[in-house]
Amino acid sequence: MFNPTVARLTYRALLGRRRALMLAALPVLLLVVAAAVRGMTGADDEVTSELLGGFALATMVPLVGVIAGTGAIGPEIDDGSVVYLLAKPVKRPTIIVTKLVVAIGVTVAFTAVPVLVAGFILNGNSQDIAVAFALAAAVASIAYSALFLLLGTVSRHAVVIGLGYALIWEALVGSLVEGAKTLSVQQWALALAEKVAGNGADVSSSVALPAALVLLAVVTVGGTWFAGQKLRTLTLAGEE
Amino acid sequence: MTTIHIDRTSRWFGNVVAVNDITMQIAPGVTGLLGPNGAGKSTLIHMMGGFLAPSNGSVTLDSTPIWRNEQAYRQIGLVPEREGMYDFLTGYEFVLANAQLHQLPDPPAAARAALATVEMEYAQERKISTYSKGMRQRVKMASALVHEPSVLLLDEPFNGMDPRQRMQLMELLRRMGDEGRTVLFSSHILEEVEQLASHIEVVVAGRHAASGDFRKIRRLMTDRPHRYLVRSSDDRRLAAALIADASTAGIELDWSEQALRIQAIDFTRFTELLPRVAREAGITLYAVSPSDESLESVFSYLVAA
Repeated sequence: MFNPTVARLTYRALLGRRRALMLAALPVLLLVVAAAVRGMTGADDEVTSELLGGFALATMVPLVGVIAGTGAIGPEIDDGSVVYLLAKPVKRPTIIVTKLVVAIGVTVAFTAVPVLVAGFILNGNSQDIAVAFALAAAVASIAYSALFLLLGTVSRHAVVIGLGYALIWEALVGSLVEGAKTLSVQQWALALAEKVAGNGADVSSSVALPAALVLLAVVTVGGTWFAGQKLRTLTLAGEE
Repeated sequence: MTTIHIDRTSRWFGNVVAVNDITMQIAPGVTGLLGPNGAGKSTLIHMMGGFLAPSNGSVTLDSTPIWRNEQAYRQIGLVPEREGMYDFLTGYEFVLANAQLHQLPDPPAAARAALATVEMEYAQERKISTYSKGMRQRVKMASALVHEPSVLLLDEPFNGMDPRQRMQLMELLRRMGDEGRTVLFSSHILEEVEQLASHIEVVVAGRHAASGDFRKIRRLMTDRPHRYLVRSSDDRRLAAALIADASTAGIELDWSEQALRIQAIDFTRFTELLPRVAREAGITLYAVSPSDESLESVFSYLVAA
């Protein structure tokens, strides 16, 4: 289910100079802000939760997920180079799973790792807030990668749709509108953070942990399966 | 030795029929798929390459279907028309990746051999983004040849190549055909196909218009009535002299154009007749222009035939 050649081509395309800069911008911003906040206000659990929840998990993780998830396949479909992967005796689901693994790896590296570091900078992992949000970011990375990889496979406008989803649904609707919260990767990941973080940390999700885990698994597995199916019947039309 | 069988195959997109009930076999050797732009050549090649399902009928390699059968790619080498090809890799890395995707026993050796076949070793360490059109085409060829496929499909391979690159590629394809591979390439240029292909399939407006060796196709194309517009110092006298010969089928005095419209049935004989008759009668020819020499009209004649 994993093809090292597909993985190599995918991560080299993902970490090409321009895309790597785009991926790195938000994590760098997070670390800079974390350092500045710590310098100005000192260690504060509430501020830590707010920054890691409100900025990192609500905005940064979905945005990095969009870039990595759609970028793992979208450009290849756009410029037609995916034909070199498809015209091979390699099972299409293997191609998708490999690309998913790479997208998850990249998203985790650019979100969960900086979140953990930022958490330690902010309050030295007091009440396990840093670990809680890092885990939440990692789990969200998996679901986002699967979701946006599917989007990259089915639509030529994956980046725009993905950005719309990340900014409008996850960052805005998902954190403000009550009903929408249950259908938000962010809230599912928060459920995990809530469980891990200390009681005084004021981290709460509107979804219960078991439901959240089931939903995360359904989105990840379902999205991956569907992307594999789409790739099996991908037609490279548009030339005639 | 592998033969591609296209059996009563149609393909439509919505209510546009791109390929209309085509039956043909592509046997070992070089076959040219000839037709004007938009005739359905690419659609046919996509179906042969397993990237498009036939709406009707079947496309098989010997007897195994190609659609949804990734194992077929062990026998197929594909040279796509589009340019996208992992520009951030070097030529060698690109061909090597293709060899690895084919799970060949010794990918580096296969990659080197394929690059040698297309004579691209000198630039194999350069990034593909720095390549010229012809170099890209050759590296694409190398990637298609890396697993020694018995079938080679090329979509408009000569587009945008200069004459020297064209010659090199033709020689390479000829060699592949002589080795017993089934080589199919598409083109909308008759001369290109004629120089290279021992067998030609003509597709026009989604339909299979003609099939045969180039002499047969050439004859089909030259035996059709040719139309000329001729201006001379004495149109009426020239017309009288020309109609006496069996190579002309009809002559009209076009008053608005102040010219003769001549329909010739024997192309070769007519081209000798016209200047001779004019000279003998002391008539000066001012203009002789074929009025339907465009490829489209040649093709539409073939369809009507």
